[in-house]
Amino acid sequence: MPMRYVPVALLKTAVFLLSLLPLTWYGWGAWHDTLGANPIEAVTRGFGTWTLNFLLITLAVTPLRKLTGLNLLIRLRRMLGLFTFFYATLHLTSYLWFDQFFDWGEIAQDILKRPFITVGMAAFVLLVPLAATSHNAAIRRLGGRRWQALHRTVYAIGILAVLHYSWLVKADQSQPLLYGGILFVLLGLRAWWREVERREQLAGKYAPRLKRIIPILPRR
Amino acid sequence: MNTPKPSEITPPGLYARRREFLRTSIGAGLAAVLPAPTFAGIGTGAHKSVFSTDEAQTPLKHVSGYCNYYEFGTGKEDPAENAHRLQTRPWQLTIDGLVRKPVTLGIDDILKLAPLEERIYRLRCVEGWSMVIPWLGFPLDVLLKQAEPLGSAKYVEFVTALQPDNMPGTRSRVLNWPYREGLRLDEARHPLTLLAVGLYGDALPKQNGAPLRIVVPWKYGFKSAKSIVAIRFLEHEPQSSWMEANPREYGFYSNVNPEVSHPRWSQATERRIGEFRKRQTLMFNGYGEQVASLYAGMDLRKFY
Ligand code: HEM
Repeated sequence: MPMRYVPVALLKTAVFLLSLLPLTWYGWGAWHDTLGANPIEAVTRGFGTWTLNFLLITLAVTPLRKLTGLNLLIRLRRMLGLFTFFYATLHLTSYLWFDQFFDWGEIAQDILKRPFITVGMAAFVLLVPLAATSHNAAIRRLGGRRWQALHRTVYAIGILAVLHYSWLVKADQSQPLLYGGILFVLLGLRAWWREVERREQLAGKYAPRLKRIIPILPRR
Repeated sequence: MNTPKPSEITPPGLYARRREFLRTSIGAGLAAVLPAPTFAGIGTGAHKSVFSTDEAQTPLKHVSGYCNYYEFGTGKEDPAENAHRLQTRPWQLTIDGLVRKPVTLGIDDILKLAPLEERIYRLRCVEGWSMVIPWLGFPLDVLLKQAEPLGSAKYVEFVTALQPDNMPGTRSRVLNWPYREGLRLDEARHPLTLLAVGLYGDALPKQNGAPLRIVVPWKYGFKSAKSIVAIRFLEHEPQSSWMEANPREYGFYSNVNPEVSHPRWSQATERRIGEFRKRQTLMFNGYGEQVASLYAGMDLRKFY
């Protein structure tokens, strides 16, 4: 193994362990009863918050890579995306279990009647195919282009997730606005870069850039 | 903060024997360390009430630790952290509007109006959780009578304290400050409607609405306005702060009603703080026997 892979492995392990901290925190808190008067609400909301945090962190990888030139960041993206799905699953499970106690009639009503649940559920459903196609075999089977097109739904998921947050708060929109602002910047940067690329292409400057396509598959 | 929280003073196991506990320990020592009280121990000798429930009471640490009091922040723990800045002395309450005798009363005058009763009420929050709280107070009607309302008065509006320097939450307009609530006059005069000055045998903690608030146990919690500074008698239905913020979601009546769901929360069930399973929400929060007649003939889906 060439030397330059060692720090990536280390970095990955560190990020993996860090990503488990929120789960550890809520697990520890539930066990020791330090989550306040309404621990179930704290857990549901905590997992929701961390789903959104991981979603935005995942979406920040590409812009950060471009801005810093740290190409190894892309090696973390898959894991961060899978942690988004992991916390989304925990969030959904705590809703299905502790909020509804698997009362499927009530759950169906909720999904149909409560706009914030509707968009949250839509975001989750859209996450499933992304998680399912996150391994190399799926990328190979789909082909890079189709895979990339599929994974662009993450932008829509981001918008649905922020809507979900905004629609569930009673009056204080400061947190949803903050998340919305960050999402706006992350998506806005992409749109901006695309536009720049388009203009360069029109001006005939595009050809050299083609070579800089970043491979999605790790080099082995 | 180095003053202990009430929860550190009152071990949970003692709640059941609270009365006895109070009598033996309510001396200067306890009064000195409690963060909020200006009249600690007021509960000693309070009368029991037939309106009280015998359900298990929610521990004080949760009653005073998990609150909605947006003037001190929109997080549930914010009020416990910030409300110590509320200035509760001197405190004056003005009663005016359609009255024969507008009055302004100090908190000490108000405390002398009637003997205190202990009322153990269920409290149901619109967010789907509930508590059981032993309030101290007397019927609001006793206070309302002081101003001799006119026959034309049909509604009362409650205006609560606005101390911008002490209330970090009022820097943003999440609601129209000062927080205002309202009741129909017959609701306000109903014997269940309480003017509360304490809970768990002591003065109200600031985050629970010191020095005086109303408690309307058959309505969602936000109707029970905290830290009241003015009461106005009106001919027409007043707009509350929540109605102004979101008229589709918050109506004037806001009676606890498991059949009328809120766009955000089904109101069919609730989680009693401290319990794991949810329980069925009762019509009028279980006070239907006393209050259903107030709404005879009204479509409660329309008047939500
Ligand atoms: C990608 C998917 C999702 C994301 C990013 C997400 C994110 C969030 C966030 C940020 C919160 C607020 C946390 C807070 O207030 O601190 C939240 C709350 C909540 N979410 Fe989600 N969520 C997602 C999917 C879902 C799904 C599928 C459901 C249920 C079907 C759901 C149900 C809830 C509920 C019930 C709450 C708590 C509402 C309350 O306490 O009033 N979420 N979610």
